[in-house]
Amino acid sequence: MAEMRMRDALREALREEMLRDETIFLMGEDIGLYGGSYAVTKGLLEEFGEARVIDTPIAESGIVGAGIGAAMGGLHPMVELMTINFSFLALDQIVNSAAKLHHMSNGQIHVPMVIRMASGGGSQLAATHSHSLEGMYAHFPGLKVVCPSNAADAKGLLKRAFRDQNTVIFIEHTANYAIKGEVPDDPDFLIEFGVANILREGTDVTIVGYGGSVHQATRAAALLEEQEEISAEVIDLRTLQPLDMDTVIASVKKTNRCVIVEDAWRFGGFGGELASQVMERAFDWLDAPVARVACKDVPLPYNRNLEFAALPSEEDVVDAVLGMFKE
Amino acid sequence: MTTAGTRKKRSERTIDEYLLSEQQLEDMYYHMLLARRLNERMLALNRQGRAAFVIAGVGQEAAQVGAAMALKLGTDYLAPYYRDLGMNLVFGMTAREAMLNLLAKRDDPNSYGRQMPSHWGNTERRIVTQSSVVATQLLHATGIGLGAKMRKDPLVVLTCCGEGSTSRGDFHEALNFSAIHRLPVIFYVQNNGYAISMRNEKEMPVPNVADRARAYNMNSAMVDGMDAIAVYQTVRPAVDQARNGGGPFLIEAKCYRLWPHSSDDDDSRYRPKKELEEWTKKDPVSSFRTRVETDGIFPKADLDEIEERVAEEVREATQWALMQPDPEPEDALGYVYKEL
Ligand SMILES: Cc1ncc(C[n+]2csc(CCOP(=O)(O)OP(=O)(O)O)c2C)c(N)n1
Ligand SMILES: [Mg+2]
Repeated sequence: MAEMRMRDALREALREEMLRDETIFLMGEDIGLYGGSYAVTKGLLEEFGEARVIDTPIAESGIVGAGIGAAMGGLHPMVELMTINFSFLALDQIVNSAAKLHHMSNGQIHVPMVIRMASGGGSQLAATHSHSLEGMYAHFPGLKVVCPSNAADAKGLLKRAFRDQNTVIFIEHTANYAIKGEVPDDPDFLIEFGVANILREGTDVTIVGYGGSVHQATRAAALLEEQEEISAEVIDLRTLQPLDMDTVIASVKKTNRCVIVEDAWRFGGFGGELASQVMERAFDWLDAPVARVACKDVPLPYNRNLEFAALPSEEDVVDAVLGMFKE
Repeated sequence: MTTAGTRKKRSERTIDEYLLSEQQLEDMYYHMLLARRLNERMLALNRQGRAAFVIAGVGQEAAQVGAAMALKLGTDYLAPYYRDLGMNLVFGMTAREAMLNLLAKRDDPNSYGRQMPSHWGNTERRIVTQSSVVATQLLHATGIGLGAKMRKDPLVVLTCCGEGSTSRGDFHEALNFSAIHRLPVIFYVQNNGYAISMRNEKEMPVPNVADRARAYNMNSAMVDGMDAIAVYQTVRPAVDQARNGGGPFLIEAKCYRLWPHSSDDDDSRYRPKKELEEWTKKDPVSSFRTRVETDGIFPKADLDEIEERVAEEVREATQWALMQPDPEPEDALGYVYKEL
């Protein structure tokens, strides 16, 4: 075990996997000499050379498309898209090719590829630079969607992503990069997809989050305990596709209340999917309607006051929980 | 507020060697210097923790001011990119407004603090705002050009991006479309040597962005973007030609990004010191001053007076803008849909 930030844990995962498997190579904008916009690939060009760490032109559709081809040809590419916002430009390649070729070719072709991208609001990057699209990617059959919330998970999940034979959308919330944690150094440390993590046990309410929103959930749980004597269970989904609903349902059957927290917009968000599954499977156990805490339905503004007003906060989570205990 | 040329009466007569009048030469210097001094103050505000993000055009002032001056204010459109402070100043943005934009203040005429700084837009001045996703504005410019052609409106659109952004599909799609329809669009690429950390060789297999025009049967030109006068002399005929139905133009201004990519960047990781030193000697603002002084256009005292005027303007604008109110949180949800 060693203490490190999430960005360092991600780098460790990339290093170890590249050492293990020679078919793995990295492509992206400013990932080589510069070491990546969020410093995840720092030092990897020096260690692995230009053939396996490729600085690409600014052409997102191009690098994902070329990644798909490289995967077809027997390699295992990792494409870094700098931020999730630029993945819109590669959306056709991701959705119409990477996600579907296996199915459409009747299993002849598959696309083992990891697409990493930074995501989320809250750092004053404004409307076109602050998207949370985990739910959107989870909507497309054929993609796996991973969104770690801490350093150890980031390492275990990224290593696991390279053991997959599908395209894995690996989403890193920018607020998580600097968070430190104990990270195993075992080169075979893997975290299985589709296994949620109970971050905090509780008896009165289940708060579900993923990626960045896990932190609002845990802070809210601490406030609820201190100030209201409400015991909240916090679940980190870790992966949205596959999705570990069993853990959520078991928790809701115990607490009888469920609040879902996400950074994405409320309308049509992934929280709606979670809420309906809770309703389908645990309706009779619910003491209150499932509550959702999400971003206001507005492009995120740059100005700090405006952005703060739009984003979900831990106070919003506390309010949602308290609302369930009011008669 | 003081604006260019309010102090001393200058001749409007064109000087043959420059294709510019004394008045225009003074405006040129004033706007370049104002852009530089504003950017310097902006970075200082960032370092003091008063501005979250700065992205500047330092090293590109000549490329910007020279090109913008070739356009007709009130008629022509500008679809700029995030370094184009100099262009926006020529198009009428004031120092105060530039500071309101940086600080995302309520009265920022560009966006009420909604956009990131340097994403300018002001329809009264015919400046269109843009996404942070690079090169998207080139297609918007194409569409504005298409509309102008359909309405037989004799306007020209000038749109900008960096050389790194020309790798994107949008760049090629915009050139192709506007060349097919012979639209009045100037694609103005400021090649500043870097796309964040990446040098030209990593971005394209041709030595010049302008070479790409041939693939679209499009007019093109290359110019020393450190020389405002040369820029004007290159862009002006292209604008005239586009206005008269001659079709689009691809112009590459070779310049240099003297600063890191943004206030968040550390360029020591990728930029050779020696290279920066070499380019610093060609500073577009000070070399302009040297030229007009050496050529005897303006005496030193006049140039010093402009320097002082600009410094005072920036100081005043900064103090004033810092005191202005922030946007109201209850307005966070505004303008998602246009009201009927
Ligand atoms: C499509 C897209 N990909 C990546 C980015 C991140 N990004 C912002 S500026 C930039 C470099 C652009 O370089 P260039 O076009 O040369 O313009 P310069 O900044 O050098 O003026 C990059 C990669 C972006 N904004 N949009
Ligand atoms: Mg550039």
